[in-house]
Amino acid sequence: MSVATDVKTLVIDGINVSARADQTILEVARENNIDIPTLCHLDGLSDVGACRLCLVEVKGSAKLNPSCVLKVEEGMEVTTSSDRLKHYRQTILELLFAERNHVCSVCVANGHCELQSLGQSQGLTHVRMPYRNPQLEVDASHERFVVDHNRCILCTRCVRVCGEVEGAHVWDVMGRGIDSMVITDLCDPWGESSCTRCGKCVQVCPTGALSDKSKVGSSHPKYPEFLTNLQVMREASREGL
Amino acid sequence: MSKTITIDPVTRLEGHGKITLKTNEQGEVSEAYFTVTQVRGFEKFSQGRPFYEMPGLMARICGICPVSHLLASAKACEAIMSVTIPPTAAKLRRALNMAQTIQSHALSFFYLSSPDLLLGMDADPVDRNIFGVVKVDPELGRAGVALRRFGQHIIELLGKKRIHPGWIVPGGVTEPLESAKRDEILAMIPEAYANIRLALDWYKRIADRFRDEADHFANFPGAFLGMVGEDDGLEFTDGKLRLIDAEGKILVDKLEAAQFDDHFGEAVEPYSYMKFPYYKPLGYPEGSYRVGPLARLNIASHAGTPLADVEMKEFKQLANGPVPGSFYFHHARLIDILYGIEVIERIFSDPTILDTHVRATAGVNRLEGSGVAEAPRGTLVHHYKVDENGQMLWANLVIATGQNNNAMNRGVLQTAQRYVKGDKIVDGMLNRVEAVIRTFDPCLSCSTHAFGQMPLEIKLVGPDGITLDTVRRD
Repeated sequence: MSVATDVKTLVIDGINVSARADQTILEVARENNIDIPTLCHLDGLSDVGACRLCLVEVKGSAKLNPSCVLKVEEGMEVTTSSDRLKHYRQTILELLFAERNHVCSVCVANGHCELQSLGQSQGLTHVRMPYRNPQLEVDASHERFVVDHNRCILCTRCVRVCGEVEGAHVWDVMGRGIDSMVITDLCDPWGESSCTRCGKCVQVCPTGALSDKSKVGSSHPKYPEFLTNLQVMREASREGL
Repeated sequence: MSKTITIDPVTRLEGHGKITLKTNEQGEVSEAYFTVTQVRGFEKFSQGRPFYEMPGLMARICGICPVSHLLASAKACEAIMSVTIPPTAAKLRRALNMAQTIQSHALSFFYLSSPDLLLGMDADPVDRNIFGVVKVDPELGRAGVALRRFGQHIIELLGKKRIHPGWIVPGGVTEPLESAKRDEILAMIPEAYANIRLALDWYKRIADRFRDEADHFANFPGAFLGMVGEDDGLEFTDGKLRLIDAEGKILVDKLEAAQFDDHFGEAVEPYSYMKFPYYKPLGYPEGSYRVGPLARLNIASHAGTPLADVEMKEFKQLANGPVPGSFYFHHARLIDILYGIEVIERIFSDPTILDTHVRATAGVNRLEGSGVAEAPRGTLVHHYKVDENGQMLWANLVIATGQNNNAMNRGVLQTAQRYVKGDKIVDGMLNRVEAVIRTFDPCLSCSTHAFGQMPLEIKLVGPDGITLDTVRRD
């Protein structure tokens, strides 16, 4: 296969760009400094297209496509921001806020939360749907960490990092639809699970759902970029560098 | 003919309250009730939360004195953790608590009460507010605004936010102090001294004009509860509690937060969401007591700082023994401010304040803990129970304003009996009934509200339900 056949050319927001055939629209857009909001996506983890915040318009297609799993094609014309997309993204965020109990002012992630930041960057001023106010459990049985299901948005970053990077697969999802919950092992208390205590899930959690015990607000920044650094190092060691 | 007079809402207070006065056949006020019309539910919805979230959660009770709740809550958490916090953290917290006291007292004295004191109890309600004060005595108004800013700015420098700073956490504070911030605080001190001096001198000049009010504003012998230091001096943050009777005799001394429940109970009345704490051996309502600036000054033997010591000595001349008149809460509040400025100056002049060891860490080592601090309006107790994972099972908060509840009710009756007379309501009469509540500076919902701008309607209703007279203020 020649190099030339691997390269696709396409247009994103009116800008001509080129990409490898295996790249996603999200990757190519970010390479070209075009910002697309994301929530379930995290560099270093597989993509699941769950949160739908990265939806984009593709010319010739009536439906919206999640750019994190949409592969580039020759001649594609992609739009990453429009009134329609803004409306959809705001609505998605409103639904996330309405679904569980996201009380920013008293949340351990206040000031370091991706959901909160997206609410601000996407111009969310209020939530039009009634809040569901479910009564969900807080599990503080782990020696070092706490899971607060009230703040969970089911992005499954914790499930993916635990399975794909740590290789422990302690986290998974139980139930269906609105009853879905992230669980440890077979829905055992976190403190009694097979958790390796590595803390990767806490670092990649975008909200206050997973947190370090005894840390709140300004004393609880997260560093999800550890993931890309870790992968670069693993890649290097595989190549014997 | 008996009548019911309702003042709803009571204006220039923090929160919403209602006063109901009942008159007898002779037209004299026979019963008076001060009702707090809201329920907040913090003790209930904190259940299940990890205990270390409690300071931040509880501070949301109040936008005026979040620091007091942060402190009492953090101390209750530290009892659960069984840790002693680093000395520098304790000093920083003490400074923050005094900054909080200064700004809250400045709000109470200048914004909420000085309109009555400067313009008179009978002044037109249109002018009887802080803008009216600034118009008539710009220097006094400016001093009040500046003192509030002084306290708020220190809170912002230390805690990053003026309202709901997140800096106080179980174990200490999140960040050490930077020298630039220390220098900025020290540079503000001289102006603060000048402002409180001006206010104290002004208050002493005009206090005599209110002799009649001072005699009838919740002026009765009674017990006082407050915190004192090791040396019997004023203490707001890390002292022990003392209860004295009307003669100044000590009833309980060196009380720790954890022992509070052994000595004090909480009664409930059907007309208010606010509880009525009392001293158990005397029962309810005989065991009711007062807390706050007046209580603190009555309990402590001295202030412990040079300028406040002089003022306190003069204050103690007002009575032979504890000062019984609640009007003197105003005076005591100003002395608190002066003391606060001196404490802040002393703390930030100490080079160890820049020490970087400001937080102790620990997990759950006890399943129950209590913490106490002096809020601007008086003693505040937080009491928590947790499970072995540190999740909240139960919480009880004894709020300063609640401890003044009985005294406020008695004060309303006393003031109403003195000033509300005849068939026709006059604004000045009812303003005095509100003013007696303002002397206590109650924090009803524990959040700030408009001053003198709330619509107020008072109705005189006869026993047959017919409205005899209505006064409305918009």
